[in-house]
Amino acid sequence: MLYREAGQFKTTYSADQQIFPILQDRIGFFVTMAVAFIAIPMFAGDYLTQTIFIPFLVLSVAAIGLNLLTGYAGQLSLGTGGFMATGAFAAYKLATSFPDLNIIFVFILAGLITALVGILFGIPSLRIKGFYLAVATLAAQFFLLWLFNKVPWFTNYSSSGVISAPPMSIFGVFVTGTEASHTAKYFFLLVLVTLLALAAKNMVRGHIGRAWMAVRDMDIAAEIIGIRPLQTKLAAFAISSFYCGIAGAAWAFIYTGSVEPLAFNIDVSFRILFMIIIGGLGSILGSFLGAGFIILLPVFLTNAPHMLGLNIPVDIISHMEVMVFGALIIFFLIVEPHGLARLWQIGKEKLRLWPFPY
Amino acid sequence: MSVVADLTDINQASVAAHARSIGDVVLSVQNISLSFGGVRALTNISFEVREHEILAIIGPNGAGKSSMLNVINGFYHPQEGKIIHKGVERKSMRPHEAARRGIARTFQNIALFKGMSALDNIMTGRNTMMKSNILAQALYFGPARKEEMEHRKFCEHIIDFLEIEAVRKTPVGRLPYGMQKRVELGRALAAQPDILLLDEPMAGMNVEEKEDMCRFILDVNNEFGTTMVLIEHDMGVVMDISDRVVVLDYGRKLADGTPDAVRANQEVIDAYLGVGH
Repeated sequence: MLYREAGQFKTTYSADQQIFPILQDRIGFFVTMAVAFIAIPMFAGDYLTQTIFIPFLVLSVAAIGLNLLTGYAGQLSLGTGGFMATGAFAAYKLATSFPDLNIIFVFILAGLITALVGILFGIPSLRIKGFYLAVATLAAQFFLLWLFNKVPWFTNYSSSGVISAPPMSIFGVFVTGTEASHTAKYFFLLVLVTLLALAAKNMVRGHIGRAWMAVRDMDIAAEIIGIRPLQTKLAAFAISSFYCGIAGAAWAFIYTGSVEPLAFNIDVSFRILFMIIIGGLGSILGSFLGAGFIILLPVFLTNAPHMLGLNIPVDIISHMEVMVFGALIIFFLIVEPHGLARLWQIGKEKLRLWPFPY
Repeated sequence: MSVVADLTDINQASVAAHARSIGDVVLSVQNISLSFGGVRALTNISFEVREHEILAIIGPNGAGKSSMLNVINGFYHPQEGKIIHKGVERKSMRPHEAARRGIARTFQNIALFKGMSALDNIMTGRNTMMKSNILAQALYFGPARKEEMEHRKFCEHIIDFLEIEAVRKTPVGRLPYGMQKRVELGRALAAQPDILLLDEPMAGMNVEEKEDMCRFILDVNNEFGTTMVLIEHDMGVVMDISDRVVVLDYGRKLADGTPDAVRANQEVIDAYLGVGH
C-alpha cells in the first residue's frame, strides 16, 4: 500500500538504472540526508555528536571499505585495522611534512598510500582463497602495526609512540585539533562519508562491481567470460584499502585527535568484520546499518538496565556486551547471512504485497 | 529503379545470411594430446571448425568431450599439439585471454553468478568491452553512464531474443533450471563471440525446453553467424541441428563428417552399441 512501485514506469534505461529506482526509496534517502545534515547538528548535543555520530561516520567508511572487498569481491580480510593504521600514519606524516597541504589532499593521499599497501598485501589473493587468505591478511594486520610501533620515523620520533593531529582547517574552519568544534568535525565527516558512499554505490553498479561480484560468485566462470582475476582482485584490495585508509585518517585526526598504533589492533579488524556481517555482506546500506548497530549496542546495553531499574555491576555489563555480540554474530550467520540489509529488503518485498497475502 | 536495386541487394544479403554459407577454417585443432598424470584424456585429436557452422562433439561418457572444450578455451593446457585460432597459433593461454579473442562458452553445470540478477549476469558478458576507468565509474554521471546505457541496450536485445524479459531483475539463483540455461547462453552471447562453445546445452531439459533451446541455437547461428561447437547427448538434436559431427571415444577421434556419414560409420556404431569381442 505505502511502499509499492506500481504506476512508476521507466521509459529510459538510465531512469531504470538510477541508485534508487523506486520513488519511496528516493524520498527515504532525502529524508535521511535532511536529518543528517539539518536535524542532527541542530538537536544533537556535543556529547552525542562526539560519542555516537562521529565514530559512526568514521566506522561506516571502514565498513564500506571492507564490504567492497569481502562482501562484493568475496576476498575475506582481517587486515582492516592495519590498513586503517596505515591511513592514519600516512596522513600524520603528510600533515607534519607538508603543513600547508589541505586536509582534503592529506586524506586522499593517505588513502592512495594505503591503497598501494593494500595492493601489496592483496597479491596472495590470486593464489589463495577464503580462510587462507584471511590468515594472509592477518599478516598485514600484525606487520603494519609492528612497523608503526618499531620505526620511530612514523611517529616523528615521539617518545610515547602516540601521534597527535595538527590543527587543520578547511574554508577557514578548524576540523582537527583542539579548536575544532564538534559540529565542524561532524559536517566535514558527513560530506566525506556521503561522497565516498555514493562513489562506492556507483562502483558496485558499474562494470567493476559486476566483475567483483562475478569473481565472488564463481571465479572460474568469471575468468571464462574474460574477467582478469588478478586485476579485479587487486582493484578490490586497492579501493577497499583506500576507504580503510581514509577511515583510519579520520579516526586519528577527527575522532580521537591522537592515537597510538595499538588503537588499530586486531579487535578493530574484527569489529569492522562484525559490522558487515551483521549489516549485510554485499550491501552499502548494510555497512551503515552494521556500523550503527555495533556502535549503538554498547550504549543500549549500558543504559538498558538503568532504564529497567536493574542494578547490574559495570563489569557484568561489559561482559554481557561481549556475549551479546557473540550471540548476535552466530544468530546472523545462521539465520540471515546477508544481515540487516537483507531483512530490510525482505521487509520491502512484503510491503509491496501488503495487505494481500500474495 | 535504384530503390528496386537496393531492395534486391537487401534480399540477396538476407538470403545469404540465412543460407549462412560455411566459410573458411576459423579454428584448427592439431594433434592435441592431454593427460592428467597417467590418465590420457585426449590422444592425438585433430579437427577443424569452419566459420558459421554448427559442429557437434559426441561420444560416450568419459570420451574427452568436455576436456576438448576446456583445451579450446584455455582452461587445460595440452601437453602436445597446437590450436590455430583465426590464423594465429596459440600456446598455453589463460581462459580470459581466450574470451577476449572471441571464444565464449557455457557450462554443463550452470556457472552463473548466483547473487546477481539475470540482467547483471548478461551485462558481465560485456565487461571486456567496457572501458571506463574506476574514477569515471565512481562519478557515474558522464562517460560511465553513457557506456553503461549503450551496453544495457545491447543486453536488452539479447534478453528480448531469449525471451527472458520477465525475469531480468530476478536473482538467477531463484530462476528455474531451463531459465538459468537461457541466461547463461545470454551471458555468452553478450560477449559477441565468434566461436561459442556449448557444453551440453540441453542436459536435464524436457522436450519443450529442448525445442526452445534448439531454436535459440539455430537463430543465433542464423542471425549473428556465430560458429558453434556443442557437446550433446541427445542424438536426435545432434543429427538435426549440426552441420558436422566429431565423434570421440576414450580420448581418440573415431569419426568426423556430416551427421549422415557419422551415423553410417561402423566404428561409431560399435562405440555406441558395443561390439562382441
